Amino acid sequence: MVLKTETFILNAGPQHPSTHGVFRMRMTLDGEVIQDVEPVFGYLHRGVEKLAEGLSYPQDIVFTDRLDYLASMTNNQAYVVAVEKLAGIQVPERAEYLRVIMAELMRISSHLMAVGFLLNDLGAFMTPLLYMYREREKILDLFDMVCGQRLTYNYMRIGGVSQDIPDEFIPALKKFIDSLSGFVAEYDQLLETNEILLVRTKKVGILSKESAINLSTAGPVLRASGVNWDIRKADPYSVYGRLNFSIPIGTKGDVYDRYRVRIEEMLQSATIIKQAIEQLPPGDIQTKIPRVLRPPKGEAYGRIEGPKGEIGFYLVSDGSANPYRWHMRAPSLINLTVLREMLIGVKIADAMAIFGSIDICVGEVDR
Amino acid sequence: MSIFGHNIFPTIFHPAILPPDWPAGFWSHLIIFVVILFLFIILMAMAFIYFERRVLGRFQIRIGPNRIGPFGLFQPVADTIKILIKEDIVPLNADKLIHLLAPGVVFVPVVLIFAVIPFQNGAALVDLNIGIVFIVAVSSVSVVGMVMAGWSSNNKYALVSAMRVIAQVVSYEIPLALAVVGVVLIAGTLSMNGIVQAQTIPYILLQPMGFLIYFLAALAEINRTPFDLLEAEGEIVAGYNIEYSGIKFALFFLAEYTEAVAISAIITTLYLGGWKGPFLPPVLWFLIKLFVVFFVIIWIRSTLPRLRIDQVMGFAWKFLLPLAFINLLITGIQIVVWPNISQWVIAGVNIILAALLIVLFSRFFRTRGDKIEVQ
Repeated sequence: MVLKTETFILNAGPQHPSTHGVFRMRMTLDGEVIQDVEPVFGYLHRGVEKLAEGLSYPQDIVFTDRLDYLASMTNNQAYVVAVEKLAGIQVPERAEYLRVIMAELMRISSHLMAVGFLLNDLGAFMTPLLYMYREREKILDLFDMVCGQRLTYNYMRIGGVSQDIPDEFIPALKKFIDSLSGFVAEYDQLLETNEILLVRTKKVGILSKESAINLSTAGPVLRASGVNWDIRKADPYSVYGRLNFSIPIGTKGDVYDRYRVRIEEMLQSATIIKQAIEQLPPGDIQTKIPRVLRPPKGEAYGRIEGPKGEIGFYLVSDGSANPYRWHMRAPSLINLTVLREMLIGVKIADAMAIFGSIDICVGEVDR
Repeated sequence: MSIFGHNIFPTIFHPAILPPDWPAGFWSHLIIFVVILFLFIILMAMAFIYFERRVLGRFQIRIGPNRIGPFGLFQPVADTIKILIKEDIVPLNADKLIHLLAPGVVFVPVVLIFAVIPFQNGAALVDLNIGIVFIVAVSSVSVVGMVMAGWSSNNKYALVSAMRVIAQVVSYEIPLALAVVGVVLIAGTLSMNGIVQAQTIPYILLQPMGFLIYFLAALAEINRTPFDLLEAEGEIVAGYNIEYSGIKFALFFLAEYTEAVAISAIITTLYLGGWKGPFLPPVLWFLIKLFVVFFVIIWIRSTLPRLRIDQVMGFAWKFLLPLAFINLLITGIQIVVWPNISQWVIAGVNIILAALLIVLFSRFFRTRGDKIEVQ
């Protein structure tokens, strides 16, 4: 007997537990197997790029906080790097070191969230996520100590940082960094020997080296596919040239490799912070910039390595106090382009794992 | 027969007023069932909900409900009231009759399981001589209700969930039943009370592998992590009961936890010696064992991720089923060849055999976590 079967369309989102915000996947399913998928986004569009054109350069830093709200510090940094390039501003050395420390703390925090939510999508009911939150809380306390904010920092300023660190910051940071490697090792050991986690993540959502490059992905997604590309090494900015660290590279490009790359990057970030604390020079934290900043006519593209990939800001100045064009290269959005290729032919359960492993932040995707 | 050794209402419901082919004390039994047993089930389900939330909280480095009543004890009551006064929504294109019947079809078989569970020596509603067969038969009915709910809701998430239910629960019935046969062979009786009385040492020692098979298959039967595919929150949101609200949803929710109570009770009876135990009263022992089993279930829930549907099926057919057959074979040989050997010797042999077999079988399923290169 031949049964009449047909495919059906399932809307995952915009309100769905594992879409990490308001993201929608329109999936054509044959039973459990995905035949086609159409990512739909734009539900969180706020027109930030246009809004930013109406405000002055320092005022726009605030918008960058609200793009990728899980990694505000690195967004701040990418933007101020672009403005400094545009206006030709030199940053004091102490400020550069402080920026590196904050950016690496932010990377740890963002990766903790990425791994935690990936495991939540895999069905580990909240427990790993809440342990990740526990560690992230310590990072947020450190940020709170520095700039009085826990989510939207507005810490990096054009030509430096907003405030110097208080005296109790360095001991607290050292204590956290020492405890982190132990925590990550313990956590990784628990998960690495977990058979269910391995069968769910290995050989799932394989992204080939060629596709990863062709679709211009960046960050852990690209590196897990075996491409050695990290802006911190490839195009060193700030003081990364003076710091000694390595870049974790995956081999297969599956969900497991993306997970491992993030775990290893957290440990690398810890070593970077340790070195930065030792090298931290005394001195100024802010260069003098004009009260109303009017960069000369021209354009600039400043980029840094964010937790989710290359964050770049493309700014065009017409000589006035407001940017003429303000554009962001959002790593989440560009990494999302590989989603369709990875999802076709997998089951629904794997789709959520793959989606989680890309680690997007909808605030940044939609802008 | 009576509950807790007292025959309630012996004079009011005199056997003479009953039809001749009905058993004596029918009415008293019915009332006991409806009032005491039902109350027990509801209270236990609430206690389990509270217990699970508190224990999960501890596992997840948070406190859990602690606002309503002492230690948050009345939280389930508050939740129940909230859920009962919610609006009952039926989807527009739902199959209304089936949508209405489904919660009942899920809930009633679960309650029926408790009819044959002995809370202490002889204290069961009926001591059926085919007790365990009755349980296996009745517990498979609730699958029908879940499929009815999934189908009638006119919702794709619910439908996917219903398909998963059929595949999963039907597959796991087989290793579950085969594991039970091992216990029946040793005890020589199908009656639940008889099985408890036959346990001079708990059968978890005599049937370690059977216990593991039963436990895992039961987890799949009651849709608990790592087999909670049909209500996989991250994938299909809530599963078959996504379109239910109000008292109908409450029935599903209650059925889920009642099933957990039932499975804990069955495991207690079959493998942990039921109401047997020193010093404390038998009922207390029964309850303690019940909560210990449920604690392990929560422990697993708070620790493990979820399997994919093909992996769940593979686990049932490639792993549990062969092991269940081997377990049955070993048990049969031991009973035929050494009927009079000490049970402690058999327990030792079986524990070693089970460990060996599980290590051997898991070789086939081993995936290794490898490190990545750091450049």
